[in-house]
Amino acid sequence: MTTFLGMPRLAPQPAHPPQDPLRWGEAFPEAAHETLHNAQMRANLRFATHTIRDKRRSVVSELPDWEDLREAGSAIKHETMSRLPELLVQLEEMVTARGGVVHWARDGAEANRIVTELVKAEGADEVVKVKSMATQEIGLNEHLAEEGVAALETDLAELIVQLAGDMPSHILVPAIHRNREEIRAIFAEHMEDVPQDLTSEPRVLAMAARAHLRRKFLSAGVAISGANLAVAETGTVSVFESEGNGRMCLTLPRTLITVMGIEKLVPAFRDLEVFTQLLPRSSTGERMNPYTTMWTGITPGDGPQTFHLVLLDNGRTKALADEVGRQALHCIRCSACLNVCPVYEHAGGHAYGSVYPGPIGAILTPQLTGMGTAERTDPHDPTASLPFASSLCGACFEACPVKIDIPTALVHLRNRAVESRSRPTAEEAGMRAASAVMSSGSRFARAARAAGLARVIAREERIGSLPYPGSLWTGVRDVPAPPRQSFRQWWAAHIGDGDQHAESGGSHGGAHRGEQGGAG
Amino acid sequence: MRIALFATCLGEAMFPQAPAATVRLLERLGHEVVFPQAQACCGQMHVNTGYYRQALPVIRNHVAAFEPALEGEWDAIVGPSGSCVGSVRHQQAMVADREGERQLARDAGLLAERTYELSELLVDVLGVTDVGAWFPHSVTYHPTCHSLRMLRVGDRPTRLLRAVEGLELIDLPEAEQCCGFGGTFSLKNAETAQAMVTEKIRNVSTTRAQVLVSGDYSCLMNMAGTLSKQATGVHAAHLAEVLASTRDEPWSPTVLPRDRRATAMPSCETATAAAPAPSGPAAEARS
Repeated sequence: MTTFLGMPRLAPQPAHPPQDPLRWGEAFPEAAHETLHNAQMRANLRFATHTIRDKRRSVVSELPDWEDLREAGSAIKHETMSRLPELLVQLEEMVTARGGVVHWARDGAEANRIVTELVKAEGADEVVKVKSMATQEIGLNEHLAEEGVAALETDLAELIVQLAGDMPSHILVPAIHRNREEIRAIFAEHMEDVPQDLTSEPRVLAMAARAHLRRKFLSAGVAISGANLAVAETGTVSVFESEGNGRMCLTLPRTLITVMGIEKLVPAFRDLEVFTQLLPRSSTGERMNPYTTMWTGITPGDGPQTFHLVLLDNGRTKALADEVGRQALHCIRCSACLNVCPVYEHAGGHAYGSVYPGPIGAILTPQLTGMGTAERTDPHDPTASLPFASSLCGACFEACPVKIDIPTALVHLRNRAVESRSRPTAEEAGMRAASAVMSSGSRFARAARAAGLARVIAREERIGSLPYPGSLWTGVRDVPAPPRQSFRQWWAAHIGDGDQHAESGGSHGGAHRGEQGGAG
Repeated sequence: MRIALFATCLGEAMFPQAPAATVRLLERLGHEVVFPQAQACCGQMHVNTGYYRQALPVIRNHVAAFEPALEGEWDAIVGPSGSCVGSVRHQQAMVADREGERQLARDAGLLAERTYELSELLVDVLGVTDVGAWFPHSVTYHPTCHSLRMLRVGDRPTRLLRAVEGLELIDLPEAEQCCGFGGTFSLKNAETAQAMVTEKIRNVSTTRAQVLVSGDYSCLMNMAGTLSKQATGVHAAHLAEVLASTRDEPWSPTVLPRDRRATAMPSCETATAAAPAPSGPAAEARS
């Protein structure tokens, strides 16, 4: 199926390249105002998310022990986070023992500097890249470009995003906001060796990308990758992928540089048996991903002869310090939560203003940036809007292969955002007033009766429009007129009917705690 | 059984037909219902908007109002709302704990164990699925997110609905998709919420059902408000209203649709089209 609404949009999305990959653009509601009007993107997203969603559901439902696997995945990540420092040191020892070199980077700037120096030491001005969220997070490609090194994305979707000048809008399918008509137009416009007879047929597009990339694989001396998982026990690093382009990058060049978030660890090699089942089914809806590459240091005479592992913190230690929020570090970047999220489906990935969109992005991004911590209480921090970009429907939690309780973490981070506001807001005043009314039966009863006064503005039992902020509601919805009688008034009449409930209901209710409750 | 009613703040102030129907239903089934007058709200709005400190007095009041249940005064507490019962069960103790109120957290946790959403109370505690209701209309059912994923009520509501005489239950496409309410989400992210409710209503409309039924008036307020704005003519009713409806006291529409002033809605059983004048709890609460 293709959904094609007019001319393909070639303009980069978003329009301006971001300075900070974790915090670009406006707060979520303003950013969503833009994206919600992109009919093409919404049609693309609806089709793509529903397709992956259905595939995932079918491959997950065929495993009788799926819930046990989730439990195991969650337990392994919990253990990893509980022992992270010692496991990281163990990883370093094992990688070093097998001929690799380990580097530690506190933040993105440090990681970028380390990688650039390594590339320059190899004398390379071009590198091939395996799709990687960690390098997106630190803006490595942009940094390398400033230093005169061209980084070529080899994952098909990542290549589309790179050619279009877009930001990724999905963790797994970064070009999910584009359909094949747009991709054809992007290739025709930006790929220097594009075939003349390019059509929007998926096979034709894939063959064009294949021809474009193959030459680069054979000539590049340095590859840069991320990592899906690393094993502390053995020092093994792995990449899970579908296209085989990753395998090319991981085996052909002389030098391999891997940038890995420090949370991407599991304690033992055996733990991989859990994640090799959880990850492909949750991400692409496949029983098994086509290419799983694992390497341990270097192997003389086979594959890259130099291996550097850059361990990236960039806010992860801060997240680990948060009792509730730390579970965001369990994420294996499968993107199941994005695919089932109704907010993501409508607003799209770019509305989140971070390389980590969707429900997991809404709890990960603000923690990586330090939203609401002592160092950062900026009232205009757009990442503070992310925990609120959810209806708390819980579809993400249900889909998460490592059982991250995203709704609870969202609410927790809302609390952090609220508590860190440096100035009192109108909302806060309203919440305080509501708290006073809602913490007493008698006060609430009076308020409920008073609400009935609003009946004067109702026509035919409904209120069709209200001034701001009520207009946010009445824009598409009517409001029912408040009832003539609150429940408490109905109850008083009900128990006054003289039936057997009058005595028990009345005495218990009325006498308890001296609350008379304004039943009249 | 002696059952304490947790009417919920929205039910009490805006949609009394839901708690009133809960009372009528449980009394019809032979149970005694008590309304603890000290209750007001469970604190869900404050908690979900991030205002833990301001939620604390609300939670304290809720726990105090229902504390007699811990002394055996009542056998169970019932709330006609998946999200409010969900908040009682999953948030009150957590917030009290985070704010350093250990005793309150303990009591809230114990009360949560005795608090049931309506379909849970009926099916699990009272052991009934056929409550003897009569509702001669075509219905589609929206399983609210919190009842579905937080409380895991599963098919309890639809089992109850299928046992209702005269009711035709039509499957709702993409039923498990959120309606986009989300409390203050619908104001803070108004446009995204509008996109979500528009999609939900599109699915409701395709069923051609006369009545949209759900177990939570917060979600219903969102969906019914949109059904009304778009002049779909589809009515909204709480599960409790459907289950409280009988031949003697049939349901009559009270929420929002254009023809709500009509005394009764045409039945989908043409033979019984001459329904008696409404006298159900909803009509009473509104009269």
